[in-house]
Amino acid sequence: MNLVVNGKETNITDGLAISELLIQENVKMPNMVSVEHNGQILKRTEFETTILKNDDKVEFLYFMGGGSVIN
Amino acid sequence: MSLTEEQVKRYSRHIILEQVGGVGQEKLLSSKVLIIGAGGLGAPAGLYLAAAGVGTIGIVDADKVDLTNLQRQIIHHTADVGKEKVKSAENKMRAINPDIKVKTYHERVRADNIREIIREFDFVIDGTDNFSAKFLINDACYFEKIPFSHAGILRFDGQLITVLPGETTCYRCIFNAPPPANAVPSCSQAGVLGVLAGVIGSLQATEAIKYLLGLGRLLTGTLLMYDALEMNFRTVKLNRNPKCPLCSKTPQITELKDEKQIVCDQKNCKC
Repeated sequence: MNLVVNGKETNITDGLAISELLIQENVKMPNMVSVEHNGQILKRTEFETTILKNDDKVEFLYFMGGGSVIN
Repeated sequence: MSLTEEQVKRYSRHIILEQVGGVGQEKLLSSKVLIIGAGGLGAPAGLYLAAAGVGTIGIVDADKVDLTNLQRQIIHHTADVGKEKVKSAENKMRAINPDIKVKTYHERVRADNIREIIREFDFVIDGTDNFSAKFLINDACYFEKIPFSHAGILRFDGQLITVLPGETTCYRCIFNAPPPANAVPSCSQAGVLGVLAGVIGSLQATEAIKYLLGLGRLLTGTLLMYDALEMNFRTVKLNRNPKCPLCSKTPQITELKDEKQIVCDQKNCKC
């Protein structure tokens, strides 16, 4: 089935959970990723229970620091 | 306030813009913006806001200028190494534009001082590096209802979002809490392309000016992601999170607290 992952059309096997997509998409540090699924930010506990459907939109959002170390 | 002849000349390229004009320029001169972090992001933001004639610019940083800063923190010069960053930044901003007032805070933002500091400003620019400060700024701006620009940079990537607290998606709507230790590398560990800070910090200054003048469409509810290697800008629409621990109807966070400082310890780091 087809998904849009980070704005790009991607073909994946049916019935994949978000947690499995993270592995398939080679996300090395899933702890630092927030996932938006069809416009909703998922809780971390929902990564395994959310099963992807055809035409779903998924965004991996990464923590980024940068700027000045002040704290 | 009315503009002097010299100010009309200095700000002529703003004033000539239909959307700014003399009225807009006067508005900038009476505006107050706080920059937290006089580093990579704060440097271009401070310089452009000073040049633009933002009347009062606050700058918070507890550090001194280090040689390793100069590759990207263009508000600091070689001769400034060893000086307080806030003083170095103040000197450059005042040199560009003696019209403006600079307020310096040579300290760290903490739960017990940040609300006091940000309260008198119209807009806040988060130019910090670490997640405890980023969450603190998000929370403090929410409690004080002060709009701010959040940004982050790493390696060749940058991202930013503007937050109107209580109205638009906040940092905690996206990232519930700071990442676990060793999950995220910082610039000092992973590196960052210097000019990336210039791009993203300048975008933060753009958002500040747009907010102050009520111009255009702010980057609210939308995360802008910049990939310098692909030279690609992409936006993702992010709705407010009905389960946000801070700004939802059922918040778990009702007062400010300092998040544990998350640092990457080189030994156990996966980055």
